[in-house]
Amino acid sequence: MTLEDTFEIKYIPQAVFKVQPVTRCSASLSGHTEAILVVAFSPDGSMLATGSGDTTVRIWDLKTETPRHTLSGHKNWVQSLAWAPDASVLLSGGMDTQLRVWDPKAGKSIGDGLRGHTQCITAIAFEPLHLDKDARRAATSSKDSTVRVWDIRVRQCLFTISGHTAPVMSVRWSGSGLLLSGSRDKSIKVWTSDNGRLCRTLAGHAHWVNHLALTSDYILRRGPFDHKTTSFADKDAAYPERLASCSDDFTLFIWDFSRDKKPLARMPGHQQLVNHIAFSPDGRFLASSSFDKSVKLWDAKTMSFMTTLRGHTGAVYQVCWSADSRKILSGSRDSTLKCWDLATKKMQVELPGHADEVFAVDWSPSGDRVASGGKDRILKLWRS
Amino acid sequence: MPQNEYIERSIKLHGRRFDHEERTRKREARKVHTESHKAQRLQGIKAKIYNKKRHNEKIQLKKTIKQHAESMNKQKSAEQPVQDGAVPTYLLDRENQSRSKVLSNMVKQKRKEKAGKWDVPIPKVKGLDEADVFKVLKSGKRGAKQWKRMINKVTFVGEGFTRKPPKYERFIRPSALRFKKAHVTHPELKTTFCLPILGVKKNPSSPMYTQLGVITKGTVIEVNVSDLGLVTQSGKVVWGKYAQVTNHPENDGCINAVLLV
Repeated sequence: MTLEDTFEIKYIPQAVFKVQPVTRCSASLSGHTEAILVVAFSPDGSMLATGSGDTTVRIWDLKTETPRHTLSGHKNWVQSLAWAPDASVLLSGGMDTQLRVWDPKAGKSIGDGLRGHTQCITAIAFEPLHLDKDARRAATSSKDSTVRVWDIRVRQCLFTISGHTAPVMSVRWSGSGLLLSGSRDKSIKVWTSDNGRLCRTLAGHAHWVNHLALTSDYILRRGPFDHKTTSFADKDAAYPERLASCSDDFTLFIWDFSRDKKPLARMPGHQQLVNHIAFSPDGRFLASSSFDKSVKLWDAKTMSFMTTLRGHTGAVYQVCWSADSRKILSGSRDSTLKCWDLATKKMQVELPGHADEVFAVDWSPSGDRVASGGKDRILKLWRS
Repeated sequence: MPQNEYIERSIKLHGRRFDHEERTRKREARKVHTESHKAQRLQGIKAKIYNKKRHNEKIQLKKTIKQHAESMNKQKSAEQPVQDGAVPTYLLDRENQSRSKVLSNMVKQKRKEKAGKWDVPIPKVKGLDEADVFKVLKSGKRGAKQWKRMINKVTFVGEGFTRKPPKYERFIRPSALRFKKAHVTHPELKTTFCLPILGVKKNPSSPMYTQLGVITKGTVIEVNVSDLGLVTQSGKVVWGKYAQVTNHPENDGCINAVLLV
């Protein structure tokens, strides 16, 4: 025993607000006549858009929990949705290879579909608001192994990036103004966003790259909207912007994509392919969902494994965070959603109710609601 | 039988006759007529065989024409018709997506349960004759005792089953007639799985048969469905489920059953 012991006190900035865990299903909204494939809350949390296999996009009113608009125009499954950071425009893409622009308030299509891709559109990413306050540009990735950058106002394809040799499954527009694309040719490529020049290729994965996540995802998504008021939030992330990628080779990688083409860390541990990853809104933690029926938590700062969250009895398809970075929600093939607590690292609430696989979950950025949709064609809204 | 490739040799040495090209062309041009003539004149089994052959040829021909027609209008192919079974992008091109997972709709199941617990696909079964099921075996030093029975039907014995000492064994279940697996059809999915049997729940003929594990037509068996990935409303995996046997296993050498959903 020494007389004097040094005590190391660690403290981390916490969110000043608290999101209550969702516990009950407040509404089961039918309307789609085919499986719901994608669910997206608007950045201000006031509207909800869903894309479905019945070729429509629906916009739901969250105050009354009723359908507001049915947007038809696509000719095939709608598989990807993206809100402009200022919530003025909604983009949708799908199997029919065209990108459609919608006015979510009026519920109308702005012009005809934008054509260019030759195969289905897999992901859409808007330019962050601080780089361009008009939200003019968006990037789409497609199965035809190209990424296209569009000007939404002029309704034109600005340039096409074709460097990948296999379907591009995920695209991100980083806060530093670089385009990131993850492809099934096992590589992630970094491009400049003004002319689409290749900056570097991030190689390391041994199989398909399934999904990309940025530490700044939440900030970029939220745009100007805060949890209290609609003012500009502080744009500086708590930590430098990092990229995480997950792959069919059961591993995750973390990259410092703006500087280095070598990964910062390789994080094995999953026993099956990793389908989806998400950074916590403060960028400290990383959650990954895998087909091995587990969700794993990683510390994004030390790049080390934290814990495994087990409980699902089927492949876990999607994972998302609450706005205060204290809770995780996962949707699975076993038809349930589960809400996990970061502090106890245990399951907090189990949310059964869907009759079949849950394809898409999203936690409202304002934190009060969760939306989930799946193969049973019913959109469910969950509240605390 | 030719002893050598003498025709080829002759062609190589002397060439073909001068009107060979013309003759083959004409024969080819004439072919439809000769074949039509043949089709009209043949009789009996020969006609049947020949017409069948011509029918198949025509189907093939039409198929190839259709394929060529499709490849002509390529720009249309982008606009494929909307297919069923929409999947999100992350499930595109994934193999091992066994679509034979089940809509485990609890409500539906409960409604059916209410309709009648034993509302089964085969509600009535024929009674089994005792003499048909059991074969009397003679035992004892002089073959005078007749209390041993051999079961003539398919049976299921549990795992780790050992026979009683032969001296005291009353019911003999021949190992050749013991089954471990059944081909179970899911009525809604219309797919069949080979699943391990867990037990015999009810043989409607007699409770004694249930005890002995005799499987005949109409018997309700419990099968292990954990591979199917059925889940309850709360997300728990369903393990055992009942199925009713639809065939005569003793005649067919396999057990076919239909799942009771």
